[in-house]
Amino acid sequence: MIEGEAWRRWVYFRIPLALFLIFLLFPFYWMVITTFRPDGELYRPWRAVNYTPFWTWNPTLDHIKYLFSETMFATWMWNTMFIALASTVISLFCGVLAGYALSRLNFPFAGSLGTGIFITYLVPQTLLFIPLSEIIRNYKLGDTPWSLILTYPTFLIPFCTWLMMGYFKAVPKELEECARIDGASRWQAMLYIIIPVAVPGILSAGIFAFTLSWNEFIYALVFLSSPEQKTVPVGVVSELIRGDVFFWGPLMAGALLGSIPVAIAYSFFVEHYVSGLTGSVKG
Amino acid sequence: MATVSIREVHKHYDDFHAVKGVSLEIKDHEFVVLVGPSGCGKTTTLRMVAGLETITEGRVLIGDTVVNELPPMDRDIAMVFQNYALYPHMSVYDNMAFGLKMRKFDKAEIKRRVDNAADILGIKDHLHRKPRQLSGGQRQRVALGRAIVRNPQVFLFDEPLSNLDAKLRVQMRVELKKLHQRLGTTAIYVTHDQVEAMTLGDRVVVMKDGLIQQVGEPLDLYNTPANKYVAGFIGSPAMNFADVIIAQNGSGLVAANNAIKIGVPEHLTAPLGAHVGMPATFGIRPEDLRIADGSEPSTQTFEAVVEVAEQLGSEILLDVSCGPNSMVASVDPTVRVKPGEKIRLAFNPKRAHFFDGTTEAAVRG
Repeated sequence: MIEGEAWRRWVYFRIPLALFLIFLLFPFYWMVITTFRPDGELYRPWRAVNYTPFWTWNPTLDHIKYLFSETMFATWMWNTMFIALASTVISLFCGVLAGYALSRLNFPFAGSLGTGIFITYLVPQTLLFIPLSEIIRNYKLGDTPWSLILTYPTFLIPFCTWLMMGYFKAVPKELEECARIDGASRWQAMLYIIIPVAVPGILSAGIFAFTLSWNEFIYALVFLSSPEQKTVPVGVVSELIRGDVFFWGPLMAGALLGSIPVAIAYSFFVEHYVSGLTGSVKG
Repeated sequence: MATVSIREVHKHYDDFHAVKGVSLEIKDHEFVVLVGPSGCGKTTTLRMVAGLETITEGRVLIGDTVVNELPPMDRDIAMVFQNYALYPHMSVYDNMAFGLKMRKFDKAEIKRRVDNAADILGIKDHLHRKPRQLSGGQRQRVALGRAIVRNPQVFLFDEPLSNLDAKLRVQMRVELKKLHQRLGTTAIYVTHDQVEAMTLGDRVVVMKDGLIQQVGEPLDLYNTPANKYVAGFIGSPAMNFADVIIAQNGSGLVAANNAIKIGVPEHLTAPLGAHVGMPATFGIRPEDLRIADGSEPSTQTFEAVVEVAEQLGSEILLDVSCGPNSMVASVDPTVRVKPGEKIRLAFNPKRAHFFDGTTEAAVRG
């Protein structure tokens, strides 16, 4: 907090913060306002006298209704949820175990293995989808949720592993040593002591993994083709942009509804997730 | 309860030789303190007894069992860590019960033992709290409680008091001593604080550079240090040293440098006879120095210049310089001296120490 006279607080803290908030929240606001704006207002030329880009006097639910009646939006939501949850669970499981092993067990090449895992995270998905699509085709997984549930961990596991490695390193070694003297095996010490202590880290890794798979676009675009298999990001784009015609109302409604689960997940765990990122373990 | 034998134990970390052949026999019920500066190998030695470090060479026995290959859980020991290592997600009760649960004690027995330990340590009102809601001293008590509920054969303490503030440290030191008198469990205690070592230990082990310098009862270490290192480490303020050359003087010996010339006390004349013409170190504790009143023979006094006088109430610590050496003398509180004043200090010849100039071993009569 900035100390001193009131004007200093305004100039150095409140006004910059407000500008920053406007900058961050404006796209979201635009999405909301477009969702509830009737088509007549949406496509009104900007020179028109009654042009009101930032507000509407005639809010409507038409675009949302359109989304649920004319497209398979509900199915896409369900697909996305299922795929994101399943790939998050798989990635968390692997990431927690790998992160623990790399940070706590002294085995040869642990350091270079950790770096190796990180490097795989750096390979761009826009390159990786080419060989992966070959694999998906060979295993006949194309156009099923499994094509995504099994490929998302390729970038989620390295991500979770690295986040958990950092977190486990911040957990005092003595906790585990004490548990082992108290009579716990290495496995029990991990299960009863280290993992419960690392819950904030696990939650933040989980939320990130969930968000990454929820928003993922390119694999979903390539591996899924039939409308009933699609996820929200791909479904909205492919079904609501026809040629060069953009159905802005339903598009924004889809984006708004699609962002709600992620927003809920964040707001629920925000405290855990902040302490997970700052890596604080209070003894 | 059991004996602990550490026999010719070594520890190598890659190319660092941390513990270089430590041997120590710890008797049943004994409280042994390992003391030394950081990096002297004391904590590594303790961790090898605990089973948290592998033993490169040598053997550790608890009772009659060689425990080198036993995992920590099977050694029947309890350890208290410097940072307490309380499980932050568990209540105080669960922290203390964890070891018993892992060993499959029944619920009633766990409750009985935890309540009993909480009673002894005065933390009965905090059993339902989480560690973060406790003060430093209370956390330390929980860590102790977690150790005593298991009723292990050996307690291991790794600098348990160094995270507490000075006042609490003194208080907990007394409580630890009482606890040991009450339970009588064999204990190994690691600290870098020589006051803790002297006050707590039945025997004290002074370590340096991975080697034991001396093992003995606290007053033995204080009165008859084995070498210059132990002499300087034990005692506060530390022993004063002056590098001297031993020379023949009639039938006796003198120890001299360019600022002092003192007679070697009679009981040390014979053993120091072999050192004539060679360098040695003269050592004298601050409380064995006093301001000369003229009654002493001149061979037991030397001249010094007062630099600072520290009034402590019960005594005055005089920081003096005599030639190249700085010394501290603990003198009577009624003495009045000013900085810069020249004084004559007398030493108690029976309490003078001499150390070999090359090996630094004590020369004894």
